[in-house]
Parts: sequence; C-alpha cells; structure tokens
Amino acid sequence: MTALLNHFRLASLPPEAEAFREEVKDFLASHMPDSPPDVRARSWMGFSAEFSRAMAERGWVGMTLPQEYGGASLNAFSRFVLVEELLVAGAPVSAHWIADRQSGPLILKYGTDAQRRFYLPKICAAQAFFCIGMSEPNSGSDLASVGTRATRTDKGWRLSGRKIWTTNAPRCQYMIALVRTSGKPEDRQRGLSQFIVDLSLPGVTIRPIRDLAGDAHFSEVFFDDVELADDALIGQEGGGWEQVTAELAFERSGPERLYSSIMLLDHWIDCLRRSGDAEAHVAVIGRFATHLATLRNMSVTVTSQLVQGASPVVEAALVKDIGTEFEQSIPAVIEAAIAADPLAVVDADLYRTVAYVSQVAPTYSLRGGTREILRGMIARGLGLR
Amino acid sequence: MFAEAIEEILKDQCTPAVVRAIEAGGSPAVLWNAISDAGFLELLASENDGGAALSLAELFPVLIALGGYAIPVPLAQSVAARALLADRMTIPEGMLTFAPGLRRLNDGRLVCPVVPFGTIADHVLAQDEGRLLLLPGASATRTATGVHGSMVATMSWQIDADSIHTDLAAGTLSAFGAALHAALLAGAMRRVFDMTLQYANDRSQFGKSIGKFQAIQHQISVMAEHVAASLIAAEAAFPAGVPTPPPLASAIAKARTSEAAVLVASISHAVHGAIGVTEEYDLQLLTRRLHEWRIAHGSEAHWNQIVGRSLLQSGQDRIVDFVRSASV
Ligand SMILES: Cc1cc2nc3c(=O)[nH]c(=O)nc-3n(C[C@H](O)[C@H](O)[C@H](O)COP(=O)(O)OP(=O)(O)OC[C@H]3O[C@@H](n4cnc5c(N)ncnc54)[C@H](O)[C@@H]3O)c2cc1C
Repeated sequence: MTALLNHFRLASLPPEAEAFREEVKDFLASHMPDSPPDVRARSWMGFSAEFSRAMAERGWVGMTLPQEYGGASLNAFSRFVLVEELLVAGAPVSAHWIADRQSGPLILKYGTDAQRRFYLPKICAAQAFFCIGMSEPNSGSDLASVGTRATRTDKGWRLSGRKIWTTNAPRCQYMIALVRTSGKPEDRQRGLSQFIVDLSLPGVTIRPIRDLAGDAHFSEVFFDDVELADDALIGQEGGGWEQVTAELAFERSGPERLYSSIMLLDHWIDCLRRSGDAEAHVAVIGRFATHLATLRNMSVTVTSQLVQGASPVVEAALVKDIGTEFEQSIPAVIEAAIAADPLAVVDADLYRTVAYVSQVAPTYSLRGGTREILRGMIARGLGLR
Repeated sequence: MFAEAIEEILKDQCTPAVVRAIEAGGSPAVLWNAISDAGFLELLASENDGGAALSLAELFPVLIALGGYAIPVPLAQSVAARALLADRMTIPEGMLTFAPGLRRLNDGRLVCPVVPFGTIADHVLAQDEGRLLLLPGASATRTATGVHGSMVATMSWQIDADSIHTDLAAGTLSAFGAALHAALLAGAMRRVFDMTLQYANDRSQFGKSIGKFQAIQHQISVMAEHVAASLIAAEAAFPAGVPTPPPLASAIAKARTSEAAVLVASISHAVHGAIGVTEEYDLQLLTRRLHEWRIAHGSEAHWNQIVGRSLLQSGQDRIVDFVRSASV
C-alpha cells in the first residue's frame, strides 16, 4: 500500500553530469551579471534575454530536446546540474525558463512535425519565449472549470476570454493556453484543448500586475476575438486535460523547488562568517544543511526516475511540498535571527534580501499547484482517495 | 535478501508479545539465540571468519527491518561491534552495545550515561578519544532510567583495569551509533506510517473511513514526506565500500531522522485517536522507540551543531557544495 515510500532510495548523479557542472560554473563565472544579492534572489523572476541567448549559444536552452531541433539531447541529470548551478548563482533565468522546462517538452511530445520544426529551434535559440495560460480569475486550483473559449471558424479558431497570473506575458512571443473547445465549464475536464497563441496577434491585450515587492512579473491577458490559424491547436482537440497533467509533472519534478531562497541563505552565512557571529547560529546553519542534503537526495532520486522513463507525478508532488516548506523556512528563520538584537547593525544587502524573500516566499507554495492540492495528490497516491 | 531472511525470524520470534515481555524484564535469550543461531550476528564479518561480508549498503535494509519490529535486543549494535572488533581483539560472547559517551570521574571511575540496552548488555564498547574500550557488563553498576519499558541504563565501573583497549579513529563510534539509530528510526517510522495508513482506511466515523477526510489525508501526506526524507537521509549514512559510516552523512542522518521522529509520532497518534496510546495496541511499542532513539547518541540539537560547524570549517561559500560533498 505504501509502494510510494519504496521509491525514495538513494540515487546519484552520473560522472558526466558532475563533469558538466564545471562547464556551467565556467560559463557563469564569465556571464553572470554583476548584481547585488537582493537582485540575484529574484533568479526565477530575473529576466535577461541577453543572458538566455548566451546560454542558448552553448546549447543549454532546451538542452533535453533532440539535436535535430537545436537541443543538446542531454538527459535530466545534466539539466539538474544546470538548474542547480543557475539558481545557486542567482542567474536571471526567467526568459527561457518556461519554454525550457515545459513548453519545449510539450511541443516535442504532442506537436505535429511542422510545429516541432517551427517552434523548437526558436526555443533552443532563445528567440521564442513562452508563457503558460492555465489560470483564470475563476479557475485557480480548479483548472477544470476553465472558461476561455476557442470556437471553430472556416480558417481556424476564434479565441475569447481572459487568463491571469501569466508569468512574463508582456515579454513572451507565445502562450500555451488551456481553453474550452466544446461544452461548458460544468463539463469540467471534457472539452478542453491547448493552443499556441502568438501574442502579437490583434485582439490580445496584456495588462501587467504589480506584486507586493514592487515587481511586475505576472499579468492579465485578454483575448477579444483573436483569430487563430488551424495549426495553433497543439495535440488533440479535447485532449487538453491529459496534456496539462503531463506538463505539470515536468513543472514540479525539477530541483527548482529547493533553491528559491538559497541566495539568501548563502549570503546570511557569508555575513555571519565575516562578522564572526557564526558560532551562535551553528545549529541553525547545520539544520539547514541537514535538510538541504536530504531534499537534494530526494530530488536526485525523482530525476533518476525521469531518466529511466517513469512519470513520477506523485513523487514530484511530495518533493515539491516538502521542498517549498524548506524554502519558506529560510527567510522566516533569518528574519528572526537578524532582529534578535535590535541594536545590532545589519548588513544592508542582507536586510534587503531577507525582506524581499520574506515577501514573496508565500508564492513558493502557490505557483505550480498549492500545498493543499499537492497533499491531495499524495493522499491519492497513497490510496486514500 | 538478508532483510527478508531476518524478517522471517522477526515475524516468528519478535512478536509484539515478545517485545512486551522483554521490556517487562523477561529474558531475551530465546530471541537472541534464534538470531545468533541463524548467523545474523556475523553479517558484516568477512567470509573467512564465517560471516556474510555485507557492505554497509547491504546492511541498511536489515536495519530498517529491525527498526520496524521495535527490536528489543542490541542486535544492530552487536553486528556493528563485531565488525569493529574483528582484527583488533577477541570478540566476546553475548550482547554487545555502544556507549554514546564516556566520562572519567575524579575518583577514577568510568561512567557511560544512558547506554541503549544498558540493562541487559553483556559488554559495552566505548570510545575515549582515539581509543576503543571494551567494558564488561558483569562488573558494571547499572542504573536504569526508570522510564516505563525502557532498557536504557547509565553504567559505571570502579576502575577501567579490566577493560581492554585498542586504537580507533576519534569519532568513529559515535558516527556508527548515530547512523545505526538513524536507520532504526527510519525503519520504525516506516512501520508507524504503514500502521497509520491502514488505520485511516479501517476506522469509520460519520459514516465513512476517516482517511476520506481531507484534514486526515493532509496529515498523512505530510507524514509520508518526512518518512521519505528520513529513509533517504539514513540510507546516505550506509554507502558501499567503506567499513564504517562516514561522519558527516551520519550526522545528517541522525539529525534529520531525530527531527522527523517527533512529527511522525505525533501525527500517528493524532490519526489513531485514543486507541493508539493504549498498552494493548502495538503502535506505542514503536512510538516509544521513536522518542528513545531520537535521544540515543544525541538528538538533532547535537548533530545539527556538528553539521553546522563542519560547514563553517569546510571553507565552502555555497551550502550546496557542502551538502554535495556529504553525499557521494
Ligand atoms: C508567482 C506566481 C506565478 C504564477 N504563474 C502562473 C503562470 O505563469 N501561469 C498560470 O496559469 N498560473 C500562474 N500562477 C497561478 C497559480 O498556478 C495559482 O495561483 C494556483 O494554481 C492557485 O490558484 P489561486 O491563486 O486561484 O488560488 P485558489 O485556487 O483560489 O485557492 C485559494 C486557497 O484555497 C485552497 N484550495 C482550493 N481548492 C482546494 C481544495 N480542493 N482543497 C483544499 N484547498 C483548496 C488553495 O490550496 C489555496 O490555499 C502563478 C502564481 C504565482 C503566485
């Protein structure tokens, strides 16, 4: 009954992946923009087309895609190493992040030959950035209630409706949108399809939404009778739900879910070393290392399942949930620690970094599926529902 | 393979009734003899010495099984102790256990506080800086903790004249003790998890099984996360190819499993309701162990400091590089 727990046996990264790490470190040493820690702490949200293009020149955008499309045909172990190094350095990854992780693999799996030949080389060259149009004002956790609709015309499809929380919409060329092609919201999973929407088409309006930290990374996107060509449909008409479920497994399975606040943790330890106050916090530092070592091993294990061709959907949900808890504990603990003595002088960069990370940390357990939704998936995986 | 074989013996010989009897002061001889007659004391011994020559990685599943049966004898310790003593000194008969620490008092007495199985062990291995000591249980003063059902005792000796010693790299014994208890904890948590999941499916309230309630599902999902983390943390302390558990991986393993033990014990009891805390229900055999093993050889409060200090001394700028070096 608890077969799930048997899947958590130690695995390790192969030597090729570790050798690749040195290449990535060299690249970062010469290409990382010189920015302060509170900017680097925005890694997931940091947008730099120039940085993404430099990565693409190395073959590291869409690196798991086949070489015939411009990818590097590398496996998930190498991607693990790349993602780990990027996030630990606080690299601005958000331009190519979604296409690399989700849209590229989705097009490879469900696209037509023509779609693959058109989009994948652009993704691998960092010329096409993608966003994800799943959420709507009335469809958050309950994605099956999506109401944005595409109706058939003689030339293709006409798209109407509205998406929300779309990360990077103003800076992307394309959105992969989950929309209804038949039936009503009450029909739930039935009648949903996915479209690749060219965001430069007439009828598309994008309104950025500012967040609590003063950034504008997500947006509202309105579709007013947007005319789509026939080949905008990706995969099966009516197959949208199955496709989205597979895509979410990609979204949740990577090491991305451990490192959102790693920049802050490294900077704090660095400050403690410089001020000579580390000894007072030695158990707390040790606890972070204890947890990170374990979570990282869990994440490597899930990656090895992906490499073996399995689809570790529940395992990924489990690691994401416990991983985000770790990511969120970092700012909470450090915020308390820096203010334990109101008279102490706090490093200015550290102050700004912990403030930023504390403000956005709640999103770690929202994006990609909320804590409650993930725990429901684990319970289902355990046979409880 | 060995894990399945020992499970067969444990299923017959280490039943909850046997565990209760030994905890209540009954003789462990029947259980101990069944295990030693089957050759399980020699799992780590070389084939020349009639052993099974298991690697630590192969020993790990056996320890998980022992944890799941709330093993009431120092079997894990004896297997490890025999491997440590081989080639150093003659291995004595009987039950061997590890002392988590050793102090010398001014009057020359030796004290080993809170020794697991201190009430019944025939010999105690203790480490004093770079020396490994073999202390006879027969000449020890044993002071039981007085905790219900516990076999932990503080042991002391008048002088160390009748102990035998040999060299051993400082810290080896405490890393081994920590790693063994991390694996026992992970095994016990796994079993507690299975019992809890089963109970959630079996117990009905308000017309449906309690496992159908979302609040219960979420508690069990969280428990699964921490048990999975514990299993993988403990496994990392038992790599193939080294004779004793690596110090840093053992420290991480003991800290992570000890922390999880509290949460796993409390969620399992929450889901079980009142029946779980009764003497007659088997859950308590394991949850009492979770607390005892969390404390044995130092809790997470101790091991996290060791890990933290090791990180600060490593000179690594990035915590990720440090933790990678801990799990090779
Ligand atoms: C930084 C960020 C970036 C994002 N980027 C994108 C993007 O690019 N594209 C995109 O499509 N979306 C994006 N999202 C949206 C994200 O996927 C949603 O926020 C998420 O799915 C939750 O939906 P919601 O915010 O509407 O909350 P709701 O679904 O309204 O949930 C509110 C609360 O109710 C709980 N809840 C809901 N249903 C249940 C249930 N059945 N059982 C128990 N509890 C329940 C939730 O867990 C949550 O605690 C992003 C979100 C964030 C924060």
